Amino acid sequence: MNKSSFKKFWKANNGYAYLSVWLIGFFAFKFYPFLSSLYYSLTNYNLFKGGTQFVGLQNYQSIIDTAKYVKSFAVTFKYAFMTVPLKLLFALFIAYILNFKLKGINMFRTIYYIPSILGGSVSIAVLWQFLFQNEGLVNMVIKIFGGEPVNWLGSSDHALFVICLLRVWQFGSAMVIFLAALKGVPEDLYEAASIDGAGKFIQFIKVTVPMITPVVFFNLITQLCQAFQEFNGPFIITNGGPQGSTTLISILIYQNAFKTYKMGLASAMAWMLFLIVATMTAVSFISQKYWVYYGDEER
Amino acid sequence: MTRKQRNTLNLFFRYLVLIVIGIFMIYPMIWMIGASFRDNNAEIFSSIGFLPKNPTIQGYIDGWNGTNYAYGHYMINTYLFVIPKVLGTVASATITAYAFTRFKFRGKGFWYGLMLATLFLPQVVLNVPQFLLFTKIGWVDSYLPIVAPSFFACDTYFVFMMIQFMRSVPKELEEAAEIDGCNSFQRLVLVMVPMVQPAIVSSALFQFMWSSNDFMGPLIYINSTRKFPAALGLRLFMDTESGFQWNKVLALSIITILPSLIVFFLAQDQFVEGISAGGVKG
Repeated sequence: MNKSSFKKFWKANNGYAYLSVWLIGFFAFKFYPFLSSLYYSLTNYNLFKGGTQFVGLQNYQSIIDTAKYVKSFAVTFKYAFMTVPLKLLFALFIAYILNFKLKGINMFRTIYYIPSILGGSVSIAVLWQFLFQNEGLVNMVIKIFGGEPVNWLGSSDHALFVICLLRVWQFGSAMVIFLAALKGVPEDLYEAASIDGAGKFIQFIKVTVPMITPVVFFNLITQLCQAFQEFNGPFIITNGGPQGSTTLISILIYQNAFKTYKMGLASAMAWMLFLIVATMTAVSFISQKYWVYYGDEER
Repeated sequence: MTRKQRNTLNLFFRYLVLIVIGIFMIYPMIWMIGASFRDNNAEIFSSIGFLPKNPTIQGYIDGWNGTNYAYGHYMINTYLFVIPKVLGTVASATITAYAFTRFKFRGKGFWYGLMLATLFLPQVVLNVPQFLLFTKIGWVDSYLPIVAPSFFACDTYFVFMMIQFMRSVPKELEEAAEIDGCNSFQRLVLVMVPMVQPAIVSSALFQFMWSSNDFMGPLIYINSTRKFPAALGLRLFMDTESGFQWNKVLALSIITILPSLIVFFLAQDQFVEGISAGGVKG
């Protein structure tokens, strides 16, 4: 290659010099693990036993046939479908109120944001376990209002809900994103609507919500992905119990992979979880055109 | 009701809602702080007030020395991997975003699409093979498995956020620098980095927060107690503690999140800007 054609080649491709950092990371830590976990899911690979064999779909079959595993998928769905809508509705409601021009808004915003900035912290899970003790703060408050104390963490009817509440309580980051979107809705749309006689509620439904659907969409996808992978909450607060009522699939994956080293089975579970999340994401993306409004310039 | 009365009423209700929810958000934490200064479980669960009758720091002292290592040891361990992870994330995300926003090369759209797809790729699918990979190269029970991916732009969220910011930086600045004889790397360091400084700060803050609170990474990779970060140290303490004295457990929980809280209060505006930019511009 002579010098000038090398220069030409370099000029056309020198972006790769910078991209190489990401390319290495992508292939080593994303692409290779992704494909090999599919492969492992088709074997009976156990880290401490030899004789790994290709077993086809046997792992998947045994997951479907084992009541414990099926239940854990059901629990995961229940958890996600409870947590995500509650969290989004709550975040949107608070963002809506914070969007009024009130004094001290920044202080409220900060306060609401603190729980979510600490995210999956062990300390927050400990705090939650503490609040929902039988004699804890929540039950004390219930007693003050004359209610019966509830066995939150010891009963299979309530434990999952406690974890759901923890994540709803951490609505802050979804709220901040909603708030930024609400600020971006042009004032004149509200003026036009109010001239047409629309009250505040109608304005919210007919103007605000359609204008912020892209952000609703963004929040929906990120929160769904998070909810289906929830691990810290049930692992620390209830350790999957009582009677498996908070055994989300991520906990079983952890136990199989890193406690009993059944890498094949764990990979199969992880892939089933991945397929579920991917389907959800795909459905959301496809459904976009029916409910997400991107303004005139984009489509 | 006149218009003015109605407005006042509306205002009242808005503040009422804000304050009630504010209490729900913050009171549990205040109660937790109060409880950590109380003497024993009986006293902790005696009232919903948060001020302890006879405040004592015994819980902190006992908790601090509750395991084989002083709790400060776990705290230092945490930042031994958090700080390199933050630096690696910022550097690699900036370089990658620079490649995607400022260069034309064959296959760029393809790689960009793949990059975006990994934004939705659940970590749980990658855990097993990553663990086996790191086992093979002998990195398990060190901080390398937690830190290394960050040096190769594997935290896609930050790459994405950086791209959003870089797109809004006018190209003319770099063109001027190019005429002045700057090569592309000089343009990155001397022109681009100062321009996207707010995004760099945001990324650093978020990564600091997330990785110092990370639980699953250390749980999978760190086996020896000597290397435990605070997240694992806290759990170890809870497991070894007999009779479960809440004041000790809560004291350690508070110590664990204290650095994060301080960072948050010092830089709250950057957090809010960062998360809005990442979410909305996308």
